[in-house]
Amino acid sequence: MHNEQLIGDYRRMLLIRLFEEKLDELFSTGVIKGTSHLYAGQEAVAVGVCAALRSSDYMTSTHRGHGHFLAKGGDPKRIMAELFGKATGYSKGRGGSQHMACIDIGFLGSNGITGGGIPIATGAALAVQMKQSVLKQQAEDSVVVCFFGEGGAHIGMFHESLNMAGIWKLPVIYLCENNLYAMSVPLSEASSVQDIAVRGASYNMPGVIVDGCDYFKVREVVGEAARRARAGEGPTLIEAKTYRYYGHSKSDKREYRTREEEAEWRQRDPLLLLRDRLRNTEGVEDSLLESIRMQVEAEVEEAVQFATEIPEPDPMSVMDEVFVTP
Amino acid sequence: MREIFYSHAIREAIAEEMERDPSVFMLGEDIAEYGGAFKVTQGLSDRFGKERIRNTPISENSFVGVATGAALLGFRPIVDIMFQDFITLAMDQITNHATKIHYMYGGQMKVPLVIRTPAGGGRCYGPTHSQSLEAWFMHIPGLKVAAPATAYDAKGMLKSAIRDDNPVVFVESKLLYGQKGPVPEEEYLVPLGEARVIREGEDVTLIAYSRMTVESEKAARVLEQEGISCEVLDLRTLAPLDMGKVSDSVVKTGRAVIVEEGCLTNGVGAEVSARITESCFDYLNAPIRRVAALDVPVPCADSLERAALPDAGKIVTTVRRLLEQYS
Ligand SMILES: Cc1ncc(C[n+]2csc(CCOP(=O)(O)OP(=O)(O)O)c2C)c(N)n1
Repeated sequence: MHNEQLIGDYRRMLLIRLFEEKLDELFSTGVIKGTSHLYAGQEAVAVGVCAALRSSDYMTSTHRGHGHFLAKGGDPKRIMAELFGKATGYSKGRGGSQHMACIDIGFLGSNGITGGGIPIATGAALAVQMKQSVLKQQAEDSVVVCFFGEGGAHIGMFHESLNMAGIWKLPVIYLCENNLYAMSVPLSEASSVQDIAVRGASYNMPGVIVDGCDYFKVREVVGEAARRARAGEGPTLIEAKTYRYYGHSKSDKREYRTREEEAEWRQRDPLLLLRDRLRNTEGVEDSLLESIRMQVEAEVEEAVQFATEIPEPDPMSVMDEVFVTP
Repeated sequence: MREIFYSHAIREAIAEEMERDPSVFMLGEDIAEYGGAFKVTQGLSDRFGKERIRNTPISENSFVGVATGAALLGFRPIVDIMFQDFITLAMDQITNHATKIHYMYGGQMKVPLVIRTPAGGGRCYGPTHSQSLEAWFMHIPGLKVAAPATAYDAKGMLKSAIRDDNPVVFVESKLLYGQKGPVPEEEYLVPLGEARVIREGEDVTLIAYSRMTVESEKAARVLEQEGISCEVLDLRTLAPLDMGKVSDSVVKTGRAVIVEEGCLTNGVGAEVSARITESCFDYLNAPIRRVAALDVPVPCADSLERAALPDAGKIVTTVRRLLEQYS
């Protein structure tokens, strides 16, 4: 018997990779309008995080959110439909690439404002804590994971929110994906410290650095942070060192970094690292890996097919749901 | 009927709703033992505990965001922004998150959030503690804006705001906190989105909200002596605007003067005036006039502050001139 979780997570990482590669193609050929921020290269972070959490835990995401959403269990068909601007997309075509959510699986939303999700995640964690203490829902011990980039760690909301989580010992994991550049600006130009994790000390929480290419290491540190959170010991700041393969968004020519640097990071590709591990220590045969790839390719094609065929939103619905109506 | 302070009416509304619904809680600076900068929440932390009357660090943008996050998971937070001037720090969370989440994510989630905040001048607090910025919030789809003028409305409307499933900016008035008004012992609600005629008249409609309703009534009493009959309409809610009531009154009187404490340019009056023109043009006997603060930071010195802000005297002058020109 193979390790089903590992194979499932490898499959999910591959799904994110192929989904984003397909999107790159669809954007460059003009099939999809607008913009998008691709997650390829960072897959071990999102999938490693989810491997350490329960499906009932909550997550907030960023502008670079497709990978987070797929890792949390988002349906590729409906994500693709949203990207195509279709009525059956997760946000009914109103949100697009940067604004999708699915409350049923605890995905509280990707977010077009850098750092904008950080206080929202903090508030969700306060809600979890108050469900126990005020509403007396003893069984509630969810954890909230809050994704943001190293660029998002410079906005006031980062500092304000970590401070509150530190005071109130909230069950939240702040997960900073440090992919070295915020759009074009390298961390060295934008930050007074070179490791975001050291900022945990200011807010009385552990600051942990982890190799974001290594699914196992991510899973391990998030597992410990989740244990702490559920035990009432409070928040953790985790900084995953990672790399995005594509440009910041579709118009980016990547002139601020070298092709050599890119090639170096690709040597430690998160999918290759996990695949080698599956092969060498889990005894997974190449034929199984090959069939997984074929399944995932088909799944992505199916998502594109679905998104292509379903109808556009009715223009008459444009004013629907501006307010909640009783 | 008993008479209580506007501030106590607000406190009663909070206490009753917290009693009724354990998911209601408060976040804000100095709201616990200290009772808030204007003592509105005094005693509430003794009664409900510091978890539900929760002091925050000075982090306006993020505690509005925290409230939004808690609302997504089923709570009904009330945020206290100590002075309305400080709500500017929270514009991102209000504009880009709390008010967009329901629509932007396809109607899956709702944000039942009340942001209480005292506005206005008249206390010589100076430029950063005296503004009336409510017009800004009328420009944000998905947001309700309430601005009661009486203790009765403050209580009834705040209870409605807390029960509303949408984000509401609840504008209070520093100068009205110390005003008393009749408030029944028994429970009642005042719905959001309904204006009210508080004085009937024939010649001109004074359209106001919050403290300027009181100044408009004073002006109406003075003008009555001169034989000018003013109808006074309290908008009560600025978003959504109750244009039905506004139109009914303007159709009857044929003249409209809009009174607000915020700056003139792009203020509440600009929008109300545009809508009156769209809906009542054929009934107007005179151009619409606005009485508002001058387009200037609210200065500190008493004499300068009086020069900058509208009051009953300025309303009287405006109405008198209007009637002289267009009788
Ligand atoms: C408040 C705000 N400022 C600027 C932007 C424009 N912007 C979008 S993503 C981005 C860089 C974010 O970098 P980081 O947080 O490190 O995430 P990454 O893109 O590297 O994943 C910028 C400047 C924005 N969306 N929101």
